[in-house]
Amino acid sequence: MLGLLRKIRRTGRVAEPAPPSPVVDRSAVAAELGGSVQIRHVDAGSCNGCEVEIGSAFGPVYDAERYGARLVASPRHADALVVTGPVTRNMAEPLRRTYEAVPGPKLVVAVGDCARNCGVFAGAYGVAGAVRDVVPVDVEIAGCPPRPEAIVEGLRKLTGR
Amino acid sequence: MSLVAVGLGGALAAGVLTALAAVVVPRRVRSAVAGTGTVVTGGAGVMAGVGAMTGSSLSVALPGLLPLSGVSLTLDALGGLFVAVTGGVAVAAGVYGISYTRSHGLDARGVQVVFPLFVVAMLLVPAAASVGTFLVCWELMALFSLLLVVAEHRHRPEVAQAGRWYAVMTHLGFVAVLIGLLVFVAHAADDSFPALREAGRHLSPGAAGLVFVVTLAGFASKAGILPLHAWLPRAHPEAPSHVSALMSAAMVNPGVYGLVRVGFDLLGGGTLWWWLLVLALGAVSAVYGILQAAMSTDLKRLLGQSTTENMGLVLVGVGAAGVFATSGNRVLAGVALAAALLHVINHAAFKTLLFLAAGSVLHGTGARDLDALGGLRAGMPQTTAAFGLGALAASALPPGTAFVSEWLLLQALIHGLPAPGATGGTAAAIAMPLAVAAVALTAGLAVATFVKAFGVGFLAKPRSAAAGNAHESPPAMLVGMGLAGVACVVLALLPTLVLPAVGTVSGVALGVGDPAVSGAVTVRLAGVAGALSPLMLTLALLAAVVLVVGAVRVVAARRARRAARLWDCGGGPMSARMEYTATSFAEPLQRVFDDVVRPEQDVDVTHHEESRYLVQAVEYRRKVPDRVERRLYEPVLAAVAAWGRAGRRLATGSVHRYLGYGFYTLCAVLILVAVTR
Amino acid sequence: MSALGIVGGVVQPVLIVAGSPLLVGVMRQVRARLEGRAGPGVGQPWRDLRKLFGKERISPRGTSEVFRVAPLVLVATTLVVAVVTPFVTTDSAVDPVADLFAVVALLALGAVTLALAGLDTGTAFGGMGSSREMTILALVEPTLLVSIFALSVRVGSTNLGAIVSATLHDPVRVISPVSLLAAVALIIVIVAETGRLPVDNPSTHLELTMVHEAMVLEYAGPDLALVELASAMRMSVFLGLLANLFLPWGIASTATPIALLVGVLALIIKVGLLGVLLAAGEVFLAKLRLFRVPELLAGSFLLSLLAVAASFFLA
Repeated sequence: MLGLLRKIRRTGRVAEPAPPSPVVDRSAVAAELGGSVQIRHVDAGSCNGCEVEIGSAFGPVYDAERYGARLVASPRHADALVVTGPVTRNMAEPLRRTYEAVPGPKLVVAVGDCARNCGVFAGAYGVAGAVRDVVPVDVEIAGCPPRPEAIVEGLRKLTGR
Repeated sequence: MSLVAVGLGGALAAGVLTALAAVVVPRRVRSAVAGTGTVVTGGAGVMAGVGAMTGSSLSVALPGLLPLSGVSLTLDALGGLFVAVTGGVAVAAGVYGISYTRSHGLDARGVQVVFPLFVVAMLLVPAAASVGTFLVCWELMALFSLLLVVAEHRHRPEVAQAGRWYAVMTHLGFVAVLIGLLVFVAHAADDSFPALREAGRHLSPGAAGLVFVVTLAGFASKAGILPLHAWLPRAHPEAPSHVSALMSAAMVNPGVYGLVRVGFDLLGGGTLWWWLLVLALGAVSAVYGILQAAMSTDLKRLLGQSTTENMGLVLVGVGAAGVFATSGNRVLAGVALAAALLHVINHAAFKTLLFLAAGSVLHGTGARDLDALGGLRAGMPQTTAAFGLGALAASALPPGTAFVSEWLLLQALIHGLPAPGATGGTAAAIAMPLAVAAVALTAGLAVATFVKAFGVGFLAKPRSAAAGNAHESPPAMLVGMGLAGVACVVLALLPTLVLPAVGTVSGVALGVGDPAVSGAVTVRLAGVAGALSPLMLTLALLAAVVLVVGAVRVVAARRARRAARLWDCGGGPMSARMEYTATSFAEPLQRVFDDVVRPEQDVDVTHHEESRYLVQAVEYRRKVPDRVERRLYEPVLAAVAAWGRAGRRLATGSVHRYLGYGFYTLCAVLILVAVTR
Repeated sequence: MSALGIVGGVVQPVLIVAGSPLLVGVMRQVRARLEGRAGPGVGQPWRDLRKLFGKERISPRGTSEVFRVAPLVLVATTLVVAVVTPFVTTDSAVDPVADLFAVVALLALGAVTLALAGLDTGTAFGGMGSSREMTILALVEPTLLVSIFALSVRVGSTNLGAIVSATLHDPVRVISPVSLLAAVALIIVIVAETGRLPVDNPSTHLELTMVHEAMVLEYAGPDLALVELASAMRMSVFLGLLANLFLPWGIASTATPIALLVGVLALIIKVGLLGVLLAAGEVFLAKLRLFRVPELLAGSFLLSLLAVAASFFLA
C-alpha cells in the first residue's frame, strides 16, 4: 500500500495537456447534450485495432473523460454509439437494434476506415456495408486505426468541451 | 346479555348450525351456505373477542355436558384477543372458501361440514377455563384440521404423507400438553384454571419447571417452533388454501396463547431460565425459519416456513417479557408482551392475505412452484396487488404491518439493559444483544425472501404455459383477499387503533395496571423513550413521491414515452429460460449460509458410448433439505423402524405362540401384583 | 415540531439533493487525480443529470408499473430520510419518523423497489443484479440495525436526534470501544450498501461483475437520472449518518442563522472529507469476488454484535 502511495506521488499527472478545442460550431444535438456524452461502444466486425486505440483514448494519457465523455454498459444509458469495423452480416441487425435501444437525442460515431468505407474488407462476402449503410452516422473518424488524439478530437466535437 | 355472551353463543350456534346445514343442503349451494355460515361464526367470534378485550368477560359452567369434568368457559381479555384474531381470519377464509372449494372439487360434505366446526373449536380453545375443556377443544381443533389437511389426498399422494406427519406430531404435542397439565392438576384442588392459579403460587420450583417445560414442548409444536416444526411446512401447504390460511394465521396462535396462559397466568411468571429458554427457541426458530423460506421455491411451503419465523419472533417477545418480568421490570415486560401480541395480530392479517393470494395463484395457474411461475401481474392483477401488499407487510418494511410490531419488539429489547445488581443481569445482558441480532438478521432475510416470492412469482415473464395463461379468480375469492388486505392496511397505518387494547391485555396478563403503549397517531411507550408514527411515515413518503413526480414534470423534457424492445444485447429475443428463477435468485444466499443449510447436490455426467471424452448429457440436482429434520428426526424414525422390524420377529403367525405370549404376560402381571402389594 | 426541526427539514433535503451529485463529482475527481488523470471536473455528475432529464423516456416491452414507479419510490424514500435524519439540525421535522429502525427500513425499501424493478424486466442481468443486491442487503440491514442499536442502548432511545444530542453532550463516548466497533462495522456496510469497492465497482462495464448497475441496465433518460440521483443521495445520506453518529460537532442545536450556517458547513466538510477518504481508499483496493463479499459482511455483523454486547456490559 505504501509502495502504491509512493508510486502515485512519483508519477503525478500523466494526462497530457489538453490540446486547443476543435469545436467550431456545436451541432444542435451536441448543444442539447450540454457537455456530457455517454458512449456505448459497438464492435460491428472490427479487427480490434480501433478498440485498442479507443482504450488508450480513455486511458490516463489522453483522458477523454475530462471532456465529459464516458463509456457506459448499456445503450439505454448512452447518448452516442461508437461503432468500429465494417458491419458484418451477423452484426447488421444487432447494430440496428442497439441504435433503436438508445433514447433520443442520439448520435453515431464511426471510428476507423473500416467503419467509414469498409476499408480493406470492402467487398468481402461477410460484410454488409459501412456503418452509414445501416444506421445514420453523425461523426466519422478516419485512420486505420485512428490515433487516440483523433478519437478524442472527434468526441470533443460531441461534448463541445 | 353482554357482547361477549352474544358473540360466543352466536359463534357456537352459527358454527354448529352451519355444519348441520352443510349436511342437508344440495351440493349446488353447499359451498355458499358453509362459507356464509363460517363468516357469521367468525364475525360473532370477533364480536366476542373485542367485547372481552374491552373489559366485559364471560364465565359459563356446564357441568353436565361432558362426563367427569364438565365444560367451563371463561373469556377474559387475553383469550379475547386470540378469539378475535381467529374470528377475523375465519371471516376472510370463509368468504374466500365459497368460490375456492367449488372450483377445486372440495364441495363434498366432508370438507364443508368440518370447516365451520374447525373454526368453532379454535374459537373455544382460548375460552376454555378448565384443563378438561381446554384439552377437549385442543384435540377437536387438531382433529378437524387433520381432516381438512387430508381433504385432497385422493388427488395428490404427498397430501397423505403430510397428513401422517401432522397426525403424529400434533398428537405428540397433545400428549405433552396433557402430561404437563395433568402434573399441574395433581397439585391443585380441581382442574379449573382458578384452582390452578391458586396452586401455581405454592408449586415447588422443580414441579413448576417440569410443568412449564413439558407444556412448552406441546405448545411450541403447535406454533411450529424449532425443533418441533417439521410438520408445519408439510401440512400447511398441502391443505386447501383457505384452510392453510386458517391454520397458518390462526391455528398456530393457540400455541402462543397456551404459553402465555400457563407461563404467566397459571404458573405466575416462573423463573428466569424458563424465559431464556423461550427466548432462545424463538430466536433460533426465527432465523432458521426464514432461512428455510429464503431457500424454498414452493410458494405455499415458503409461506409455511415464514410462519415458523414469525412465531419465533413472537416467542422472542414473550421470552423477553418473561425475562423482564422475572427481573422485576414489569413495565418493559408489558411492552415486550404487547409487541409479541401485536405481532400475533399482524402475522394473522398478512399470512391470511398471503395464503389466500397463493391459493388464488394455484387456482389461476395450477402451479405453486415459483420456478414455473412469473408474469402473473398481467393475468391476475388483483392477486398480484394482494400478494404484493402481503409481501410488503411480511418483510417488515414501512409502510407494512410487521414493521410496527418488530419496531415495538426491538424497542423492548433495546431497553432491556439490566439495572446494576438486578437478578439475572448477566444472563439478560448476554441474551438481549443476541436477541437483537437474531431479530435484525431475520428482518434482513425476510426482505430477500419476499422480494424473491413476489418478484420471481408475479413480475417478469411467465416461466411456463400455465403461468402464461393465468386468469383472475372469481369475486368471492377476491373479496376474501380484499378483507385481509384492508386489515393489513389498517393495522399498518393505524396500529394505534388496536395497540391500547393490546397493551391492556399484556398488562392484565402480567399483572401490571398501566397499559404499555398509548397514543392516537404516534405510538408512544410507557416508561421508555420511544415513539413512532407509521401514519406520518406513510404520509411523508407519499408527500415525497408527489414532490418527486412534480419536480420531474417540471425538470424533465416533454418527450413521449417510447416503447422499445428489452435490451437483449442486440441478439435474438430473450426467452423465459434466460430469466433468473427462484432457485437462482436464492443461490448466493444459499452459498452464504452453506454451513447452516447444507444443500445436497450431485452431478451426473452421461458419456457418449463411443468415447468417454464426449458428453451426452449432464444432469444436475440440488436439494436444500431441512437440516434439523435430517439430523434429529431421521435417526429417531430409523430407530423406531428398526424396533418395529425387531418386533416383527415375535409375530410368526403361530396361534400357539400368541396364546403363549398372553399366558406369560398374565403370569408376569400376577407376579408383579403379588410382589408390589 | 420545533422551529429548528422545520428549518432542518427544509435545509437538509435541499442540501442533500444539490450536494450529492457534487460529492460524486468530488469522489470521481479524487480518483482521477490519483490515477494520473485530469478528470472531468466536479460538476460533471450534474451535467450528466441535466442531460438525462432532457432525454427520451423508454418503456421496455413487457415491463409493468413496478418498473416505472421504482425510481420515484427510490428517490422519495431517500428524500424522507434526508428530511428526518439529524444532518444539519439536532431536531427533526417529523420527529416520530426519525427513528433509526424507520430510517434503515426506509433505505431498505428503496433498495427493494429497485430490486423488484430489476426482476420486473425479466432479463437475465436484471435478475442477477436483484439477487446479488438482495443477498447483500440481507446481510447489510442487520449489521446497520445492530451497530446503530449499540449506540442507542446507552442513550436509551432509538431516536437518531437523541443519539446525536447525547454524543454532543458527552464527547468521551466517541472513543469508547462500543463506538469504535460500531464505527468499523458501519463503515464496512456503508461501503457495501452504496456499491463501492471492494464490494461493487461503480465504474464497471462488465455485466457479470455488476451488482447495482445490473439492475438499472434498462433505465433511460429521466428515469435513469432519478436512479443516479438517488444513488448519489443515498451515499451522502449514509456518509452523513456516519459522520453525525460519531462526530456530531458543528450540528445546529438552536435555530439561529449562525448556528444553521455552521451546521451546513460542518455537514459539507464532514461528508466531503469522508467522500474523499472513501475515494482515495478505493484506489488501493481491487473488487472482491462476489462470494467473498459475504465473509466481509459477516465480519462486520460480528463486529456490530460485539459492539452491542460491549454496550450492555460496559454500561
